[in-house]
Amino acid sequence: MVSSSAYLMLSAVIFVIGVLGVLVRRNILVMFMSIELMLNAVNLAFVALSRQLGNLDGQVVVFLVMAVAAAEAAVGLAIIICIFRRKKSVNVDDFNLMKW
Amino acid sequence: MEILIFSVVALMAVVGSVLVITSRSPVNSALSLIATMVSLAILFLLLNAPFLATIQIIVYAGAIMVLFLFVVMLLNLSKDEFGPERRRAQRFFAILFSFLLLIGITTVLSVGTFGSKSVESSSDTVVPAGVEPLARLLFTKYLFPFELASVLLLVAIVGAIVMAKRRL
Repeated sequence: MVSSSAYLMLSAVIFVIGVLGVLVRRNILVMFMSIELMLNAVNLAFVALSRQLGNLDGQVVVFLVMAVAAAEAAVGLAIIICIFRRKKSVNVDDFNLMKW
Repeated sequence: MEILIFSVVALMAVVGSVLVITSRSPVNSALSLIATMVSLAILFLLLNAPFLATIQIIVYAGAIMVLFLFVVMLLNLSKDEFGPERRRAQRFFAILFSFLLLIGITTVLSVGTFGSKSVESSSDTVVPAGVEPLARLLFTKYLFPFELASVLLLVAIVGAIVMAKRRL
Protein backbone atom coordinates (compact mmCIF):
# COMPACT_ATOMS: atom_id res chain seq x y z
CA MET A 1 0.00 0.00 0.00
CA VAL A 2 1.41 3.32 -1.02
CA SER A 3 1.67 5.79 1.81
CA SER A 4 -0.07 9.13 1.63
CA SER A 5 3.22 10.96 1.89
CA ALA A 6 4.20 9.61 -1.53
CA TYR A 7 1.05 11.11 -3.04
CA LEU A 8 1.62 14.40 -1.21
CA MET A 9 5.22 14.51 -2.42
CA LEU A 10 4.06 13.95 -5.98
CA SER A 11 1.48 16.69 -5.53
CA ALA A 12 4.20 19.05 -4.28
CA VAL A 13 6.45 18.26 -7.26
CA ILE A 14 3.68 18.85 -9.79
CA PHE A 15 2.70 22.07 -8.01
CA VAL A 16 6.25 23.40 -8.13
CA ILE A 17 6.54 22.48 -11.81
CA GLY A 18 3.37 24.52 -12.38
CA VAL A 19 4.83 27.48 -10.46
CA LEU A 20 7.97 27.26 -12.58
CA GLY A 21 5.85 27.26 -15.72
CA VAL A 22 4.03 30.43 -14.70
CA LEU A 23 7.26 32.22 -13.82
CA VAL A 24 9.44 31.20 -16.74
CA ARG A 25 7.19 31.00 -19.80
CA ARG A 26 6.05 34.09 -21.68
CA ASN A 27 3.19 32.62 -23.67
CA ILE A 28 -0.08 33.41 -21.90
CA LEU A 29 -1.69 30.12 -22.89
CA VAL A 30 1.17 28.04 -21.48
CA MET A 31 1.04 30.12 -18.30
CA PHE A 32 -2.66 29.35 -18.06
CA MET A 33 -1.97 25.65 -18.53
CA SER A 34 0.57 25.82 -15.71
CA ILE A 35 -2.13 27.29 -13.48
CA GLU A 36 -4.34 24.32 -14.34
CA LEU A 37 -1.40 22.07 -13.46
CA MET A 38 -1.24 23.68 -10.01
CA LEU A 39 -4.96 23.14 -9.52
CA ASN A 40 -4.58 19.48 -10.44
CA ALA A 41 -1.72 19.06 -7.99
CA VAL A 42 -3.88 20.46 -5.21
CA ASN A 43 -6.72 18.12 -6.21
CA LEU A 44 -4.36 15.17 -5.85
CA ALA A 45 -3.34 16.35 -2.37
CA PHE A 46 -6.97 16.69 -1.33
CA VAL A 47 -7.90 13.19 -2.50
CA ALA A 48 -4.82 11.63 -0.88
CA LEU A 49 -5.57 13.25 2.47
CA SER A 50 -9.24 12.35 2.16
CA ARG A 51 -8.28 8.71 1.78
CA GLN A 52 -5.91 8.91 4.71
CA LEU A 53 -8.32 10.58 7.10
CA GLY A 54 -11.21 8.32 6.11
CA ASN A 55 -13.36 11.31 5.32
CA LEU A 56 -15.16 12.19 2.09
CA ASP A 57 -15.01 15.95 2.61
CA GLY A 58 -11.79 16.14 0.63
CA GLN A 59 -13.49 14.61 -2.39
CA VAL A 60 -16.34 17.12 -2.17
CA VAL A 61 -13.79 19.93 -2.15
CA VAL A 62 -12.12 18.44 -5.24
CA PHE A 63 -15.50 18.38 -6.96
CA LEU A 64 -16.03 22.07 -6.20
CA VAL A 65 -12.45 22.94 -7.23
CA MET A 66 -13.07 21.29 -10.59
CA ALA A 67 -16.22 23.36 -11.08
CA VAL A 68 -14.35 26.54 -10.22
CA ALA A 69 -11.49 25.57 -12.53
CA ALA A 70 -13.91 25.04 -15.41
CA ALA A 71 -15.50 28.45 -14.84
CA GLU A 72 -12.11 30.11 -14.55
CA ALA A 73 -10.81 28.45 -17.70
CA ALA A 74 -13.81 29.64 -19.70
CA VAL A 75 -13.60 33.25 -18.56
CA GLY A 76 -9.80 33.37 -18.76
CA LEU A 77 -9.73 32.07 -22.30
CA ALA A 78 -12.43 34.56 -23.32
CA ILE A 79 -10.26 37.35 -21.92
CA ILE A 80 -7.23 36.02 -23.80
CA ILE A 81 -9.23 36.00 -27.03
CA CYS A 82 -10.29 39.61 -26.41
CA ILE A 83 -6.74 40.73 -25.78
CA PHE A 84 -5.49 38.86 -28.83
CA ARG A 85 -8.01 40.61 -31.04
CA ARG A 86 -6.52 43.95 -30.01
CA LYS A 87 -2.82 43.22 -29.77
CA LYS A 88 -2.46 40.26 -32.13
CA SER A 89 0.04 38.76 -29.70
CA VAL A 90 0.07 36.24 -26.84
CA ASN A 91 3.36 37.33 -25.37
CA VAL A 92 2.75 38.69 -21.87
CA ASP A 93 5.60 41.15 -22.31
CA ASP A 94 3.40 42.92 -24.86
CA PHE A 95 0.55 43.41 -22.39
CA ASN A 96 2.23 46.43 -20.87
CA LEU A 97 -0.46 49.09 -21.13
CA MET A 98 -0.72 49.56 -17.39
CA LYS A 99 3.02 49.44 -16.80
CA TRP A 100 4.60 52.56 -15.39
CA MET B 1 1.55 -4.32 -7.41
CA GLU B 2 -0.01 -1.08 -6.31
CA ILE B 3 3.43 0.40 -5.79
CA LEU B 4 4.38 -0.55 -9.34
CA ILE B 5 1.30 1.11 -10.81
CA PHE B 6 1.83 4.16 -8.62
CA SER B 7 5.47 4.51 -9.71
CA VAL B 8 4.71 4.23 -13.40
CA VAL B 9 1.75 6.60 -13.29
CA ALA B 10 3.55 9.11 -11.07
CA LEU B 11 6.47 9.13 -13.47
CA MET B 12 4.05 9.70 -16.33
CA ALA B 13 2.50 12.62 -14.48
CA VAL B 14 5.84 14.27 -13.72
CA VAL B 15 7.16 13.78 -17.27
CA GLY B 16 3.89 15.17 -18.65
CA SER B 17 4.04 18.26 -16.45
CA VAL B 18 7.67 18.92 -17.36
CA LEU B 19 6.73 18.64 -21.02
CA VAL B 20 3.91 21.16 -20.45
CA ILE B 21 6.30 23.84 -19.33
CA THR B 22 9.10 23.10 -21.76
CA SER B 23 7.35 22.50 -25.08
CA ARG B 24 7.96 24.95 -27.91
CA SER B 25 4.48 24.58 -29.31
CA PRO B 26 1.32 25.30 -27.25
CA VAL B 27 -0.39 22.31 -28.87
CA ASN B 28 2.29 19.99 -27.47
CA SER B 29 1.86 21.63 -24.06
CA ALA B 30 -1.89 21.03 -24.19
CA LEU B 31 -1.46 17.39 -25.17
CA SER B 32 1.09 16.83 -22.40
CA LEU B 33 -1.33 18.42 -19.96
CA ILE B 34 -4.01 15.97 -21.09
CA ALA B 35 -1.57 13.10 -20.46
CA THR B 36 -0.85 14.48 -16.98
CA MET B 37 -4.56 14.74 -16.22
CA VAL B 38 -5.19 11.17 -17.34
CA SER B 39 -2.39 9.90 -15.09
CA LEU B 40 -3.86 11.90 -12.23
CA ALA B 41 -7.20 10.25 -12.93
CA ILE B 42 -5.52 6.84 -12.61
CA LEU B 43 -4.06 8.01 -9.29
CA PHE B 44 -7.55 8.97 -8.15
CA LEU B 45 -8.62 5.42 -8.93
CA LEU B 46 -5.76 4.11 -6.79
CA LEU B 47 -6.92 6.43 -4.02
CA ASN B 48 -10.39 4.89 -3.94
CA ALA B 49 -12.16 7.82 -5.64
CA PRO B 50 -13.72 6.38 -8.82
CA PHE B 51 -16.28 9.15 -9.24
CA LEU B 52 -13.59 11.82 -9.15
CA ALA B 53 -11.47 9.88 -11.63
CA THR B 54 -14.39 9.80 -14.06
CA ILE B 55 -15.18 13.47 -13.52
CA GLN B 56 -11.52 14.35 -14.04
CA ILE B 57 -11.48 12.66 -17.44
CA ILE B 58 -14.85 14.00 -18.54
CA VAL B 59 -14.57 17.58 -17.28
CA TYR B 60 -10.86 18.36 -17.16
CA ALA B 61 -9.40 16.33 -19.99
CA GLY B 62 -12.58 16.25 -22.04
CA ALA B 63 -13.96 19.76 -21.74
CA ILE B 64 -11.41 22.20 -20.32
CA MET B 65 -8.48 20.98 -22.38
CA VAL B 66 -10.63 20.84 -25.50
CA LEU B 67 -11.50 24.48 -24.82
CA PHE B 68 -7.79 25.23 -24.55
CA LEU B 69 -7.09 23.52 -27.84
CA PHE B 70 -9.95 25.39 -29.50
CA VAL B 71 -8.45 28.69 -28.37
CA VAL B 72 -4.96 27.66 -29.50
CA MET B 73 -6.31 26.83 -32.93
CA LEU B 74 -8.52 29.93 -33.05
CA LEU B 75 -5.54 32.15 -32.39
CA ASN B 76 -3.54 30.10 -34.88
CA LEU B 77 -0.61 29.47 -32.58
CA SER B 78 1.11 26.47 -34.04
CA LYS B 79 4.54 27.49 -32.88
CA ASP B 80 5.82 29.63 -30.07
CA GLU B 81 7.73 32.39 -31.88
CA PHE B 82 9.22 33.70 -28.67
CA GLY B 83 10.98 31.42 -26.22
CA PRO B 84 10.87 31.43 -22.44
CA GLU B 85 11.78 34.46 -20.36
CA ARG B 86 14.77 36.25 -21.85
CA ARG B 87 16.09 37.91 -18.77
CA ARG B 88 18.58 35.48 -17.30
CA ALA B 89 18.24 36.88 -13.79
CA GLN B 90 14.48 36.28 -13.69
CA ARG B 91 14.89 32.73 -14.97
CA PHE B 92 17.58 32.00 -12.41
CA PHE B 93 15.61 33.41 -9.51
CA ALA B 94 12.44 31.64 -10.69
CA ILE B 95 14.22 28.27 -10.67
CA LEU B 96 15.89 29.05 -7.35
CA PHE B 97 12.68 30.07 -5.62
CA SER B 98 10.75 27.15 -7.08
CA PHE B 99 13.37 24.85 -5.69
CA LEU B 100 13.14 26.57 -2.31
CA LEU B 101 9.37 26.20 -2.46
CA LEU B 102 9.76 22.50 -3.12
CA ILE B 103 12.14 22.16 -0.17
CA GLY B 104 9.72 24.09 2.02
CA ILE B 105 6.68 22.01 1.06
CA THR B 106 8.48 18.70 1.49
CA THR B 107 9.84 19.80 4.88
CA VAL B 108 6.34 20.64 6.06
CA LEU B 109 5.04 17.35 4.70
CA SER B 110 7.67 15.28 6.46
CA VAL B 111 7.41 17.09 9.78
CA GLY B 112 3.63 17.25 9.94
CA THR B 113 1.66 14.49 11.59
CA PHE B 114 -0.48 13.64 8.60
CA GLY B 115 2.41 11.79 7.05
CA SER B 116 2.64 9.33 9.93
CA LYS B 117 1.84 5.68 9.46
CA SER B 118 -0.35 5.23 12.51
CA VAL B 119 -3.14 7.42 11.18
CA GLU B 120 -3.24 5.94 7.73
CA SER B 121 -3.20 2.24 8.54
CA SER B 122 -6.21 2.45 10.82
CA SER B 123 -8.47 4.51 8.62
CA ASP B 124 -7.77 3.10 5.19
CA THR B 125 -10.80 0.85 5.02
CA VAL B 126 -13.27 3.44 6.29
CA VAL B 127 -13.56 5.55 3.15
CA PRO B 128 -16.69 4.60 1.23
CA ALA B 129 -16.21 4.76 -2.49
CA GLY B 130 -18.69 5.62 -5.17
CA VAL B 131 -21.24 8.23 -6.07
CA GLU B 132 -23.82 7.82 -3.31
CA PRO B 133 -21.76 8.75 -0.22
CA LEU B 134 -20.28 11.70 -2.09
CA ALA B 135 -23.71 12.87 -3.23
CA ARG B 136 -25.12 12.45 0.26
CA LEU B 137 -22.38 14.71 1.60
CA LEU B 138 -22.73 17.19 -1.24
CA PHE B 139 -26.46 17.66 -0.75
CA THR B 140 -26.52 17.88 3.03
CA LYS B 141 -23.38 19.31 4.52
CA TYR B 142 -22.07 21.10 1.43
CA LEU B 143 -25.37 22.25 -0.05
CA PHE B 144 -24.53 25.94 0.13
CA PRO B 145 -21.18 25.64 -1.72
CA PHE B 146 -22.93 23.45 -4.27
CA GLU B 147 -25.56 26.08 -5.01
CA LEU B 148 -22.86 28.75 -5.11
CA ALA B 149 -20.91 26.66 -7.61
CA SER B 150 -23.93 26.49 -9.89
CA VAL B 151 -24.38 30.26 -9.72
CA LEU B 152 -20.67 30.64 -10.44
CA LEU B 153 -20.94 28.46 -13.52
CA LEU B 154 -23.89 30.50 -14.77
CA VAL B 155 -21.99 33.75 -14.27
CA ALA B 156 -18.95 32.27 -16.02
CA ILE B 157 -21.05 31.22 -19.03
CA VAL B 158 -22.62 34.65 -19.38
CA GLY B 159 -19.29 36.38 -18.87
CA ALA B 160 -17.42 34.23 -21.36
CA ILE B 161 -20.06 34.73 -24.05
CA VAL B 162 -20.15 38.49 -23.52
CA MET B 163 -16.37 38.77 -23.57
CA ALA B 164 -15.87 36.69 -26.66
CA LYS B 165 -18.55 38.23 -28.85
CA ARG B 166 -17.30 40.45 -31.64
CA ARG B 167 -20.09 42.96 -31.36
CA LEU B 168 -22.33 43.25 -28.35
